[in-house]
Amino acid sequence: MANWHRLANPTLFLEWSRRVRPWTGVATAALLATGVYLSLFVAPRDYQQGDAVRIMFVHVPSAWMALFAYAVMAVASAAGLIWKSPLAHLTAKAAAPIGASFTLLALATGALWGQPMWGTWWVWDARLTSVLILFFLYLGYIALWQAIDDHARAAKSAAILALVGVVNIPIIKFSVDWWNTLHQPASVLRMDGPSIHSSLLTPLLVMGAAFAGYFVVVLSIRLEREVLARQVRTLRRVQSRG
Amino acid sequence: MESVSEFLEMGGYAPFVWPAFAIAAAVLTLLLAWSLRDLRRERNLLDSLPGRRSETRPAEAGDDP
Amino acid sequence: MTVFLRIVVRDVRLAFGQGGATVLAVVFFLLTVTLFPLGIGPETGVLRRIAPGVIWVAALLAAMLSLDRLFQADLEDGSLDQLALVPLPLELVAAAKCLAHWISTGLPMLAVSPLLGVLLGLNGEAYGGLLLAMAAGTPSLSLMGGIGAALTVSVRRGGVLLSLLVLPLCVPVLVFGTGAVDSAIAGLEGGAHLPALAAILAAALPLAPWAIAGALRLNLE
Repeated sequence: MANWHRLANPTLFLEWSRRVRPWTGVATAALLATGVYLSLFVAPRDYQQGDAVRIMFVHVPSAWMALFAYAVMAVASAAGLIWKSPLAHLTAKAAAPIGASFTLLALATGALWGQPMWGTWWVWDARLTSVLILFFLYLGYIALWQAIDDHARAAKSAAILALVGVVNIPIIKFSVDWWNTLHQPASVLRMDGPSIHSSLLTPLLVMGAAFAGYFVVVLSIRLEREVLARQVRTLRRVQSRG
Repeated sequence: MESVSEFLEMGGYAPFVWPAFAIAAAVLTLLLAWSLRDLRRERNLLDSLPGRRSETRPAEAGDDP
Repeated sequence: MTVFLRIVVRDVRLAFGQGGATVLAVVFFLLTVTLFPLGIGPETGVLRRIAPGVIWVAALLAAMLSLDRLFQADLEDGSLDQLALVPLPLELVAAAKCLAHWISTGLPMLAVSPLLGVLLGLNGEAYGGLLLAMAAGTPSLSLMGGIGAALTVSVRRGGVLLSLLVLPLCVPVLVFGTGAVDSAIAGLEGGAHLPALAAILAAALPLAPWAIAGALRLNLE
């Protein structure tokens, strides 16, 4: 904690991240192996959903990570704007594709769960609809980064967009829930809540931890790449001047 | 212990359970591979630029005793 | 205050003038709604059922179309730098630009929306609700759209990107706007929809100009 501010220094960050990454990677692999084993072999079938409940062990952690990555992006964006830290802006940039991937995964596994449970690939369920809109928010964020050539300006613009998004997400969630109660009977089988038995909770949490570890590992890889790309830009600028 | 084929059938939900895990594995593997490839390219690019060669890999210099 | 008004008047005059955004937005709005009966079929029951949603989606798209040039034209001809120098915080300048955008596109769309209601066979009770919902919802579109316009001001052909950035943020306006008209059709007194639209506007009114000014400053350095 005392050394936290030193991580804002890109060179020190690189050193730290390269030292920590192998250990996080090993821990993630172990968690992932345990999680998959628990979800496929140990967890009992659900009395309602049968073996289809095993899809939940991928779907729910993906949805968690989809939201978590956006939170990381928003906090990093705020830090970047407030303390003018390039590393914070790069963290937000590095987190976006990971969050988008988890969002996509949540949508795909949600459809694979919905087909046997609801009899259709897609239902305009409040949860699925919110996740779909979250996916569009990620796409917009990534597209804005790519559209602006000047790197410093792209970073700050994207940070403003991430913050506007994070203010809007609760409102979007609320409005979609509202819309859903108006247009759909409440009889559809819920994806969450009491339908998940407590014996299914352990595999869910282990998979969640594994996905979180994966997020950290890939974030550190992408962030290192962004830091190196920044060094390349600086070097080129110096050379073109000199 | 149930038989292997019974396990693979997933109580009739095999066409949904296995693709879900397969898609998850594919997406996570591809993202990891893509990120590693980008990192390697950036490293090579930085090394190919003149100047500061020794400073660009501080940790790796420390890794090799 | 006079500076504020002068910015509004200047923009509104430009928008209403020849080749301005107003005519284009209104025509686009009318045209999009006209396509729905042609695509779906002229049955009154179906059209009446989808009318609120169709009108709101068309209004959303027409607003996006006209937002494209909100700040870009000022950046290109240098008037953005002048706007930054006026004795008024950039946040208020941004608010003035959004107000002008609403007067020149939101208000005309509001004015023609009853006509679209007729085309889609909306029943008599619905018009009051439609007008109220449009009045409460379209200012939020101008404000949130202004954020997108400011963020994409330096992007060439930023229109599609602008829509990608702003449309997801406009989902609540669409939901509550449509809901307000639906409940008016059902003969209910607006319910919670109009207050929700008003609350969104109340939140966007101080926050959006702040975000817009922040985004514009990035392009002034």
